[in-house]
Amino acid sequence: MMANTVEAKGQLTPDEQKRLTADMHRSLRRKKIRALLLVAPLLIFILVTFVSPIATMLFRSIDNPQVSEYMPNTTAALARWDADSNELPDEATYAALVTDLKVGRENHTIGKAATRLNYEKSQMRSLLTGTARKAGRLEPPFKEQLIKINDGWGDIDNWRVIKRESSPYTASYYIAAFDMETTPAGEIRMLPEQQRVYLQMLWRTVWMSLLITALTLLLGYPVSYLLASLPMGIANTLMILVLLPFWTSLLVRTSSWIAMLQGQGVINDILVWFGLVSDDNRLSMIYNATGTVITMTHILLPFMILPLYSVMKTIPPSYMRAARSLGATPFTAFVKVYLPQSVPGISAGAILVFILAIGYYITPALVGGQTGQFIGNMIAYHMQSSLNWGLAAALGVVLLALVLGIYALYSRLLGSNNQMSLR
Amino acid sequence: MENSASSEAFVRFEGVQKSYDGKVLVVKDLNIDVPRGEFLTMLGPSGSGKTTSLMMLAGFETATHGNIYLDGRSINNVAPHKRGIGMVFQNYALFPHMTVAENLAFPLKVRNMGKSEIETRVKRALDMVELGSFGDRRPAQLSGGQQQRVAVARALVFEPDLILMDEPLGALDKNLREQMQYEIKHIHERLGVTVVYVTHDQSEALTMSNRIAVFNDGIIQQLAPPTELYEKPTNSFVAQFIGENNKLSGTLQSTQDGICTVRLPTGELVTALDINTDDIGKESTLSLRPERVFLDPVEGQCDNVFTGKVEEVIYLGDHKRVRMNVCGHDEFIVKVPNSTDNKGLQVGGTAPIGWSSKDCRALDPI
Amino acid sequence: MKKFSKLSSVLALGAAACMSSAIAAESLTVVSWGGAYTKSQREAYSNPFTAKTGIEIVDSDKSGNGLAGLRAQVEAGNVTWDVLDILEGDAILACDEGIAQQLDYEKDLNPGADGTPVMEDFVEGSLSGCYVPTIVYATLFSFNNNAFPGEKPSTIADVFDIKKFPGKRALEKKPDANLEWALAADGVPYDKVYEVLATPEGVERAFAKLNTIKDSIIWWDAGAQPPQLLADGEVAIASAYNGRIFNAQVVENQPFTIIWDGQVYELDGYIIPKGAPNKQAAMDYLRFATDTQRLADQTKYISYGPARKSSAPLVSTHLETGVEMAPHMPTNPENFKTPIKKNAEFWADNGDELRQRFNAWLVQ
Ligand SMILES: Nc1ncnc2c1ncn2[C@@H]1O[C@H](COP(=O)(O)OP(=O)(O)OP(=O)(O)O)[C@@H](O)[C@H]1O
Ligand SMILES: [Mg+2]
Repeated sequence: MMANTVEAKGQLTPDEQKRLTADMHRSLRRKKIRALLLVAPLLIFILVTFVSPIATMLFRSIDNPQVSEYMPNTTAALARWDADSNELPDEATYAALVTDLKVGRENHTIGKAATRLNYEKSQMRSLLTGTARKAGRLEPPFKEQLIKINDGWGDIDNWRVIKRESSPYTASYYIAAFDMETTPAGEIRMLPEQQRVYLQMLWRTVWMSLLITALTLLLGYPVSYLLASLPMGIANTLMILVLLPFWTSLLVRTSSWIAMLQGQGVINDILVWFGLVSDDNRLSMIYNATGTVITMTHILLPFMILPLYSVMKTIPPSYMRAARSLGATPFTAFVKVYLPQSVPGISAGAILVFILAIGYYITPALVGGQTGQFIGNMIAYHMQSSLNWGLAAALGVVLLALVLGIYALYSRLLGSNNQMSLR
Repeated sequence: MENSASSEAFVRFEGVQKSYDGKVLVVKDLNIDVPRGEFLTMLGPSGSGKTTSLMMLAGFETATHGNIYLDGRSINNVAPHKRGIGMVFQNYALFPHMTVAENLAFPLKVRNMGKSEIETRVKRALDMVELGSFGDRRPAQLSGGQQQRVAVARALVFEPDLILMDEPLGALDKNLREQMQYEIKHIHERLGVTVVYVTHDQSEALTMSNRIAVFNDGIIQQLAPPTELYEKPTNSFVAQFIGENNKLSGTLQSTQDGICTVRLPTGELVTALDINTDDIGKESTLSLRPERVFLDPVEGQCDNVFTGKVEEVIYLGDHKRVRMNVCGHDEFIVKVPNSTDNKGLQVGGTAPIGWSSKDCRALDPI
Repeated sequence: MKKFSKLSSVLALGAAACMSSAIAAESLTVVSWGGAYTKSQREAYSNPFTAKTGIEIVDSDKSGNGLAGLRAQVEAGNVTWDVLDILEGDAILACDEGIAQQLDYEKDLNPGADGTPVMEDFVEGSLSGCYVPTIVYATLFSFNNNAFPGEKPSTIADVFDIKKFPGKRALEKKPDANLEWALAADGVPYDKVYEVLATPEGVERAFAKLNTIKDSIIWWDAGAQPPQLLADGEVAIASAYNGRIFNAQVVENQPFTIIWDGQVYELDGYIIPKGAPNKQAAMDYLRFATDTQRLADQTKYISYGPARKSSAPLVSTHLETGVEMAPHMPTNPENFKTPIKKNAEFWADNGDELRQRFNAWLVQ
């Protein structure tokens, strides 16, 4: 009887088949629309609070209004000047500059252009602000007087920088973010070795995040396994212990690690007391990469345990039993049966921890010393201290692109696998 | 079948007890001998300790007390994977990340079997359960019945001598379940493996088993072949649990040569086989199968004759179930063949009924 | 997007204008560094101001991101700060960028209590247009006495001499002051430090000197860290703000000694943000808080030197411990023999490049 129905289905005419697929698509589409409506509020929320800041950041990383907006006359005059000519701009350009400086000083806007130009070349700030202070008293012709006030105005390279940055959009921030520079002649090249920062930082951020992810997995997997195999009541109690770190502030947790790990800290004291290390040879486990790794592993551990646990909880114990009854040793049963089924948990936990880690900055700032800093610290630094928001935005975009790239790789490698076991 | 062929029991529970919490015994003093090749079913209500017993046999639970022998060897300290016991789980436990063929190959691979050997065996096993073309599917792409058959095939593919099945058909609908019962029984007969089967469906147990162990409250109430269990229950629980049963409670009046007299609360006296009674004057429950009650008995056909009042008639095609009030007991069921003679059966009417004392068993009080 | 931000700034400005014209200022938001420093300002400036005018002062501890925060607020057209405590270098930038209020010093501030005119009373050259300094503070080295039982370090050169004075050093994680010290330790006369640092060779020289102690450095970010590191014995010598060390020495009785050599001193003070919501009240506060008596009063609570010459004679004792304050002042002549004045202008010009270089050096 069963065989009959199978055959009957197999006998559909091509027309009927076509209709069937059309029907199927229609019902699927209706499902999709309903799903879309359900997520709409969240979608709007995300658009406003998440996508638009990111769009702003993207924009800021190329936005370059300072020179063109606050030095409009100079910008216009320089448009006629050939930067490769090896000749200083003409008198009209100097006159335009003086006009801009006068206006800029009155409106207190010249500082913005000066700050912007100083990112590209040192001394540019004082060249502009210093000259602006005296610009009011100048009479034409200006060229020689300006060069006398500050010989920077006789330096062709300075004019090249102004011309380059007078366009409303710039790639300078990205060039800087990749440890490169634009020479006065206009070519882009790598910075000298001892001035490169960000690529190394980025690379370090990635590998340390990977290390932290691996460590959380190593520590979290057995714990999750235990939690998932214990009776509900005990598991819930232990779960509270796992979640306990969430209840204390990040700063408190980080500071307590300082107390634990520092030279005169608890762990070193114990090691010295047991004679494992000598008193004047205490291990340095903090204010370096080790400190960052240890502390962040601890802080991010729950983010590994939770997805692992939630996946493991759904693996019935009968699978392991079945494997054992079929003759597998406990180890084989685990590797061949349990592990593959926990892969969705592993990959979810790993990607979560990795993405959280790669953007972290508070903990590295506090315990990372010089070798344990992340790229996030550089971004925070440019946001808060150097106030070079364009560079901060460019670094943010680079980091974002990196995360997206890694995520794409992840879903390529593991996504299909996940689907398999879900199906 | 040749149950008695091996004098030595293949599986043997000896005084096995189990407690999970150290307070309550969920299995109390279990003693069973299962000869090689037998199909033994553990039957009992939920929570009676069937799965626990099976798990102790498979090695996933340890017995708190007592010994379990397999082929004459105590296996208390043998790890599950070394026991060589095939097992079919209630939810099948097919590995979802492997195809059907990979599932079947699993027990062979862990035994380091050669590749071609594995292939032929897997194919043979799939053919046996008529799923030859399904090897590349994943379990989730199979129907319940197909999954069930894969689970059976997987338990058999490494040719174990003993197979355990824990309510393997619990998740299937009635038709499919009956079909599968038949198939499993067939496979058992064909291969001659020993099967220990757990179910709480009595008709399933009756159809499939050589012997049935009826569990209640961690104790085997009766261990006997299906016919004996149905025809000759030795206690009220079994009588009530297996098949349909009329029970009449009364006090033991007298007993002689295996025949006793029981007085019902309404005063009537009933003669019955004395199977499991206490002293004279104590309570006893009479057990009587509905199909052994005659309507309008012929003179001399029955030695217990009473008048019943018809309370309800249910038409079931080939027969009618008639609920009557007999001796003040209004749950008394009589099965009446659907013949022209019985057309006049009316609710509210009365009819003489009777049964033979050989069909009525005096058992322990409920 | 630009249009949007302009529109919203117009709206915000409009709303702010309506509000400020409708009700007189009842409270004033003063942004400062938090901790003991804000407390000293509250005791010396704010409480008396409230007693006099009835205007409540709301403290906000955002000076750590003062310039960034101010830029963001001005850009969004939503300035909520009335008075901002800021370092001199940042104040110059803010003034250049037009996000700080221009001041007419003679009119807006009180002359010294002894009659000194405003322009002569404050630290020389510090009244640069928008800025009113209140204190002189120093970043300097101090050490834990327990770390050096024998000879004790007494110069910048000693700090860089790991062999003679072993132990870890704690330095602030930025090039400012550190580069100056590196050159000073390398033999550059203190008054020539910026001249040398302005040349590429000078920069190389500074980093080369820092390299000699790089492995012994623990970097700090927050002012509270170095006294802690010293107290924990994590480092032997630490650079720190002098007020923090004073607090540890006098209030917490820590065995710390300050090296009064090559301390880099700079000014901290107030600006009024452009578009401050309560401008008039803010100007009143500025006049009140920066007068001779108030600056002198502040030394009862913290060991930073008043930025007005006329305040010096009024400096008395620490209120909590009764310690005579004058010897602890970075401006005290005894301590002021070999200081380095932080060149805010130099850092404003070269900071971007030097910080990039410094960050790169840290990574390597
Ligand atoms: N892991 C366990 N821990 C504690 N008690 C258990 C455990 N497993 C079973 N029990 C208890 O032991 C008793 C017997 O359970 P068992 O699973 O053997 O019953 P069963 O006869 O298989 O019932 P069912 O027909 O419902 O499957 C029940 O009271 C049950 O609550
Ligand atoms: Mg069970």
